[in-house]
Amino acid sequence: MTHTVLEARNLKRHFISHHGLINRTTQCVQAVDDVSLELKAGETLALVGESGCGKSTLARCLTLLDKPTAGEILINGEKPKNDLKQYCRNVQMIFQDPYASLNPRLPVGVIIAEPLVIHKIGSKQERRNKVLELLDVVGLRRSDINRYPHQFSGGQRQRISIARALALNPAVIIADEPVSALDVSIQSQILNLFKELQEEFNLAYLFISHDMAVVHYFADRVAVMYLGSIVEEGVTEKTLINPLHPYTRALIDAAPLISKVKRKHGDALKGDPPSPLDPPSGCRFHPRCSYAIEACRSQRPKLEGSGGHKVACSLSDSLHLTPRRRLEGGWA
Amino acid sequence: MKDPNPILAVRNLEISFPGNGGMLPLVSELSLDLQRGRTLGLVGESGCGKTLTSLSILGLTPAPGQVTGGEILYAGTNLVNKSERELDKYRGDRIAMIFQEPMTALNPVFTVGSQIAEVLIVHRGFSNAVAWDKVVQMLDRVGIPDAAKRAHAYPHQLSGGMRQRAMIAMAMVTEPDVLIADEPTTALDVTIQAQILDLMLEMQAALGTAILFITHDLGVVSELADDIAVMYAGKVVETGPARQVLSTPQHPYTRALIETLPASAKPGSRLPTIEGMVPDLATLPTGCRFADRCNRVLDDCRMAQPELESAGDNQLAACFHLGAGQ
Repeated sequence: MTHTVLEARNLKRHFISHHGLINRTTQCVQAVDDVSLELKAGETLALVGESGCGKSTLARCLTLLDKPTAGEILINGEKPKNDLKQYCRNVQMIFQDPYASLNPRLPVGVIIAEPLVIHKIGSKQERRNKVLELLDVVGLRRSDINRYPHQFSGGQRQRISIARALALNPAVIIADEPVSALDVSIQSQILNLFKELQEEFNLAYLFISHDMAVVHYFADRVAVMYLGSIVEEGVTEKTLINPLHPYTRALIDAAPLISKVKRKHGDALKGDPPSPLDPPSGCRFHPRCSYAIEACRSQRPKLEGSGGHKVACSLSDSLHLTPRRRLEGGWA
Repeated sequence: MKDPNPILAVRNLEISFPGNGGMLPLVSELSLDLQRGRTLGLVGESGCGKTLTSLSILGLTPAPGQVTGGEILYAGTNLVNKSERELDKYRGDRIAMIFQEPMTALNPVFTVGSQIAEVLIVHRGFSNAVAWDKVVQMLDRVGIPDAAKRAHAYPHQLSGGMRQRAMIAMAMVTEPDVLIADEPTTALDVTIQAQILDLMLEMQAALGTAILFITHDLGVVSELADDIAVMYAGKVVETGPARQVLSTPQHPYTRALIETLPASAKPGSRLPTIEGMVPDLATLPTGCRFADRCNRVLDDCRMAQPELESAGDNQLAACFHLGAGQ
C-alpha cells in the first residue's frame, strides 16, 4: 500500500491588489481558491490548465516559496515543523526554463552541491562523491562537474536542474512545465529520464503541464484547474477518455495532434479566460461553456464524485462528453 | 491540385554567415513552392534555419548574414538583391508576416488601431479617416469584440490571443498574396491557439492567401497545412502533401520525429528518442547531415550528401536508403 506523501487541504492563496492614488480601491485575486489534493509515493499527478489559472502559484505554495493565505499542507501526514528545512528536503522543484533557473556564475558541481551545503550534509569529499553519482544518474559526464551552465544545451541544463533537485533524496518533485521549453527530440529524452528516476527512487511528481499529449503519456492522475480551482480530477486514462467537465474536453480537443484530417473550423473553445480580478458568478466556466443553463450562472458547483473521479459541474450527469479524438496511438 | 505557377517560389536558396575563414552556409539548397490558397508547413527543431529562411524571403536576413545563392521569386519577380525601396513595395503589402510574440512585434507606444492604419496609409495612400474605418472593419473581422473601442487600445491592454488577432488584422489588411507566419501560436495557450488557427483558415478561405506556416509542432502542421517541408540542419530533408508525409514518412528524421512524440507512444512505455544532437553548422559532415543520429546509417551515408528524390506521390526525401528499415 503506497502512502500519501504530500497533501494539501483547502489551500488558498489570495493576492490583494490596490488601484488608484486618490480613489483607492482594493481588489482581491483568488489565485488559488480552496484546492485540495493528495500525492502518493511513486505516482505522477499532472496539473493542467491555461496560463493564469493558478497552477504555478499552487506549485509555489507547495514548495513554501509562497505562503498560503489559508489551508494546510501535510508532508508524510504531518504539518511542516518550525524548521522548514525538513520540509524542503522532501519537496524539491524543477522549473520550466533551464536557462533562467541555473546560476550562470557557478560551475555545475557547485550548483548541484548547493542543497547539500545548505542542509549541512556530508563532508566536502562526500558531497563531491554525491555530485558525481548524481551526474551519472541524470546522464551527464563526470567531467562536466567543472563546466558552467552556458556550456550546455537546453536538454542538458534540464538534466542539471534534475540532479540538483535529487541531491537531497526528496520524496516529492514539483516540476513546473519541465519539458515545454525543449525541442521534441530532447523532450522525449527528458521524459524518459523522469520515468527512470521515478522507478529508481519511488518519487512522487506533481507535473505541471499544458500539453495534454504529454500528460496522457506521463501521468497516473490528472487535475484540471480553471481560474484558481480544480474542476476535474481523476485517473488519467479515465479522465481523458471520458471527461466529465466541458472544460476538460475543450482542452483535449484543442491539443494539436497529428491527425488524419485537416482542421475543421469552429471546434475551438470561444473567448479568453476571464480576469481573476472579476471572476464570473456561479460556475466560473459558464461564460465559455456551450452547455451552460440558467442555474450555472448562480450556483457554484462543488468538486465531488466517486471512485476517485471528481468533477465540479452541476450538469455532469446529463452530459456525455466524448472528446473529438483520442490522445494516443496517432500514427505510430 | 497544384498550380504550376506558384505565387512564391524559393529556388536553391543559400544563406550564409561569416565564419572562420569564409562564408558559412546556414541554409543551403532550399527550394519551396507556395500556392495560392494553400498552406505550406515548414517544420524543424530550433536552429535548423526555418526562421532564417522566412526572414530572407522578406529581405530581412539578419546582418551579417546574407543570401549567397538562389532565387526568391514572387509572381516571377526575383526579390533577391532588390533594393530596400523596391522591397517595400512587396513587404507588408503583397507579402505579410506575423511573429511568435505579438507583444514584441507590436509597438507598445502606439494604439493597435494606429499601427494597422499606418499600413494602409503607407501602402494604399489612404487618408487617416478612411484608413481608420477600414481598421475597425478589419478588427471586427478577426473577431475582436467591440472593435471600434479596442482600436484605441494599446498592445498591453489586450490579452495574448487578442494581440495575435490584431497582428493578423495588420498582416491581412492589405489582402496579401503571401502570409508568412513564424510560430504564431507557440506563445499561446492551446485553447487560444485553436482559435487563432481557425481564424487563419477562415482568412485564407476568404482571401485565397498562400501561407508559409513555420512551426516545430507536427500536430499543428497536420491540422493546418496542405503541404509540408521538414528541415534538418539547414536543408529540407523531406517534403510532400502534409498528411501523406506524416502518415508515411520516408526520411528517417521525419519518422524519428513523429515517433518521439508522446502522443505516438503507449502510456508508461519508453519513448523512442533521437540520440545525439544537431551537428554544429561550422563543422558539418561531408555526408548526410543526419548520419550521426540515424538508426539505419550505412557507410555510403558518410561519403556524399543525398539529394531530394521521389519517395511516393509528390513526396520527396533526401536519403540514400529510402524504403529500408520500414
